[in-house]
Amino acid sequence: MAEYTIKVRRFQPESGEGPYWEEFGVELDPSLSVLDSLLQAKDRDDGSLAVRCSCRAAICGSCGMKINGQSGLGCKTQIGEAQERADKVASASGEKVENAPIVIEPMGNMPVIKDLVTDMESTHWTKIRRVTPWLLPHGEAPEREYIVEPESMIDITQSMACIQCGACVSSCLSMEADPDFIGPAALAKAYRFVGDPRDAETVERLHDLANDPHGIYDCTHCFSCVDACPKDVAPMDQIMRLRRRAGEEGVEDPNSGHDHEMAFVKIIEKKGTLDESLLLQESFAPGLKGKLKPTKRAIKEMLGSLPTAFRGIKTGKMRSLPKLIPGVHHKLPGNSQAEVQAIYKHAEEHNEEFNLYIKGDEGELAEIEAEEAREEATNG
Amino acid sequence: MPSHDVLVIGAGLAGQRAALAAAEQGVSVGIISKVHPVRSHSNAAQGGINAALNPNDSWESHAFDTVKGSDYLGDQDAIEVMAREAPEEILHMEHLGVTFHRNEEGKLGTRAFGGASAARTYYVADITGQAIMHVLYEQLMKYSEDVARYEEWFCTALAMDENGECCGVVTRNVADGSMELFQAKSVILACGGNGQVWKPTTNALICTGDGIAMAYRVGAKLMDMEMIQYHPTTLAGKGFLITEGARGEGAHLLNANGERFMEKYAPNKMELASRDVVSRAEQTEINEGRGFPDGTVALDITVVPKKRVHEALREIVLVGRDFAGVDITREPIHIKPGNHYTMGGVKTDIDGRTDIPGLYAAGETACVSVHGGNRLGANSLLDTLIFGKRSGFDAAARAKRMEASRPSRKVLEDEETMIGNVMSREKGSGRRVSEIKLELGQTMDAKVAVFRDEAGIQEALETVRRLKEEAATAYIDDHGSIFNQDLLGAIELGYMLDNAECTCIGAIERKESRGAQYRTDFPERNDEEWLKHIDLELSDDGPQISYSEVTITQWEPEERKY
Repeated sequence: MAEYTIKVRRFQPESGEGPYWEEFGVELDPSLSVLDSLLQAKDRDDGSLAVRCSCRAAICGSCGMKINGQSGLGCKTQIGEAQERADKVASASGEKVENAPIVIEPMGNMPVIKDLVTDMESTHWTKIRRVTPWLLPHGEAPEREYIVEPESMIDITQSMACIQCGACVSSCLSMEADPDFIGPAALAKAYRFVGDPRDAETVERLHDLANDPHGIYDCTHCFSCVDACPKDVAPMDQIMRLRRRAGEEGVEDPNSGHDHEMAFVKIIEKKGTLDESLLLQESFAPGLKGKLKPTKRAIKEMLGSLPTAFRGIKTGKMRSLPKLIPGVHHKLPGNSQAEVQAIYKHAEEHNEEFNLYIKGDEGELAEIEAEEAREEATNG
Repeated sequence: MPSHDVLVIGAGLAGQRAALAAAEQGVSVGIISKVHPVRSHSNAAQGGINAALNPNDSWESHAFDTVKGSDYLGDQDAIEVMAREAPEEILHMEHLGVTFHRNEEGKLGTRAFGGASAARTYYVADITGQAIMHVLYEQLMKYSEDVARYEEWFCTALAMDENGECCGVVTRNVADGSMELFQAKSVILACGGNGQVWKPTTNALICTGDGIAMAYRVGAKLMDMEMIQYHPTTLAGKGFLITEGARGEGAHLLNANGERFMEKYAPNKMELASRDVVSRAEQTEINEGRGFPDGTVALDITVVPKKRVHEALREIVLVGRDFAGVDITREPIHIKPGNHYTMGGVKTDIDGRTDIPGLYAAGETACVSVHGGNRLGANSLLDTLIFGKRSGFDAAARAKRMEASRPSRKVLEDEETMIGNVMSREKGSGRRVSEIKLELGQTMDAKVAVFRDEAGIQEALETVRRLKEEAATAYIDDHGSIFNQDLLGAIELGYMLDNAECTCIGAIERKESRGAQYRTDFPERNDEEWLKHIDLELSDDGPQISYSEVTITQWEPEERKY
């Protein structure tokens, strides 16, 4: 048992007052959860404290909230850990603080209904429905089951593991800038169908998500959703898979995002380090690995990008003009370039994508493989 | 007045399946749920769903295992229906999009489960319930024009017409507190079980026996209410579930001396004996001093290959890590039996019909009975789908052949008065609702659990009756309209107390040991006197007892050995 103070951002819609902060003293074992602390405050002190909750075991997805500024599930965050984090945040200005209040707020990017209860319908669920979230097979269903690669089911089980808690939406920085962004949860849901070999409308789905200005290219790779997700769905990874699939299927990307990504890959392969002088050209009119064929659109995009490039040079983020002349870019010393190419070769030969949900993090995976190798050696 | 041909209350697996089945018949369907559908507790079913789909397996074998698992209290006609229809239903779910595990040929693959004579459990990692439920919700979104969803609406009472038929339901919109009387030709209760009557429990906070209590209050019969399953592997204190899939994958149960004690209790099936048997074995080890000081035994998952654990038991790796601070791939985890499942419930036939015309029940709310004295692992998801579907079809068929009768507004006014009364109680006028819930849960877990005796159950019953009186004056803090969870908690307490009273009455009445009911004062099964269901019906003096026959088709009762 230990004593904690939780500081809850409250809003009582019928009071006529704006939101306010209220502190509650709670007493519980450090291994219990932030949700347990809220339920204790609700049971003992104030039954009007509103928080959606049900399973207490991170499976129903009801209790999404912000704890010390981080989006997650109340039931999955241990109060002891939340205290450590609260102290760390409070000590950031230099002076060491202990027993700082644990700050609990409703999720972000959603209207608040009451206390920690947010309106998920108008934000989260509307966007889920936007991605046509049901399987679209063609033709009659087979007499028995669809025969599919076992790995494909394991692969989409990662996005199936989403419990629709909204923590990723709450943390999404792109959505803060563009409230219409379809967002991490709905796009992860979209991958669940795009990656499903039983779905017959993969290409249509990809076109739809690529052409929507608030679609897959609206994500800025900030990793917030990956950090926030309590179920290891890694929504950003699913968005990147959608982009990759779109590229593979030849879906035209209005932002040239796929070509831009490929430009990095190709330049590094050829030069070892990034030659910015080639980046614009490569992104909008790929030529390194083929004939240079600038399209009208590419030229337009390239001209449009020039101010950004010049700003980069001016602020020192990009190299000065003489070095930007194609061909001046320095070469890697010794046989480093050959080593870089060897890495490319290895990657191409081992075209395996790590599914972190199933296989654990890379350390874990390496450990399991080493263990299996040892066992095999002993048995053999 | 909102009106539908078929109104489903509860949007877990049974409710969603019922709504889709009814909608297929072309009638107007509404589905009401006190939480958003995907928050429903079917989510928590981890391990899988049984079906004799493999050509080497047979529905008879599945049915027999279920009959034996039920300790011969299950109705064999219902069990036959469930086992026969299981394969087609699994394939239907697969076609809708459930990402079932595949074998190397790309076909559906299985895992082993307790009490089963073949590996016939189909699964999605250890999130099977969640995976199926989210797919059904996808279908509800797809067919949103055919099924109206009332998400976060709380039901307080069923409405009856002058002929004694169910014709609607009174609800409170959680978002703004407005009360509404819904009209329906058929009402299907699919509100889950009553696990919250016990503390701790694996059940979610929403599992407060609402459907069972609402049906009981309008005169429907309840059945087998004494049959409450304690799951063998729950985390001490918190009650979190560790899936039976862990034992299905080969995990061992060890006492504090490191002995694999199931050798003594079930030498053939070992850890995969049926749940009542394993829970009793664990509790015996703990009671006789061979458990750990925290009142537990150990589940050793380290014997399962690590890669397999990560692939097939991912969820419990997280549960161990986040809720017990244990890496289950490296060390055993402490577990004990914990409240898990309501085998009893609203008495129905194989089409979900209760004693009251127009009122149906499905899933954990219902007692068909396919689980009898003890439910087999991975039969609960199956029960929800098969009898959800059948209820939906039959409710739609009924609606098609009749005119709607208009529910009287009196039932709505009564409910408004009831809510007004709760709201008007001043702080300090009685006990806090949360205090009463805690006392109820602890009492039931102490007295009406794995091992029971008459004196203990009687004591529990007296406590429950005292708590009923106290609940009548209990006060709440929140007097508002918007998202008043405090008020809903007070109404749920009433549901829980009705459930608890019925369970105690049934447990006192059944003077034998069968399935989950183990009476230390009557330690033997007594087929001569007690191979029958105990039915309970509301009267002025509380639950009135009657009996009904167990349906036996082809399997005569015999001694149960694992």
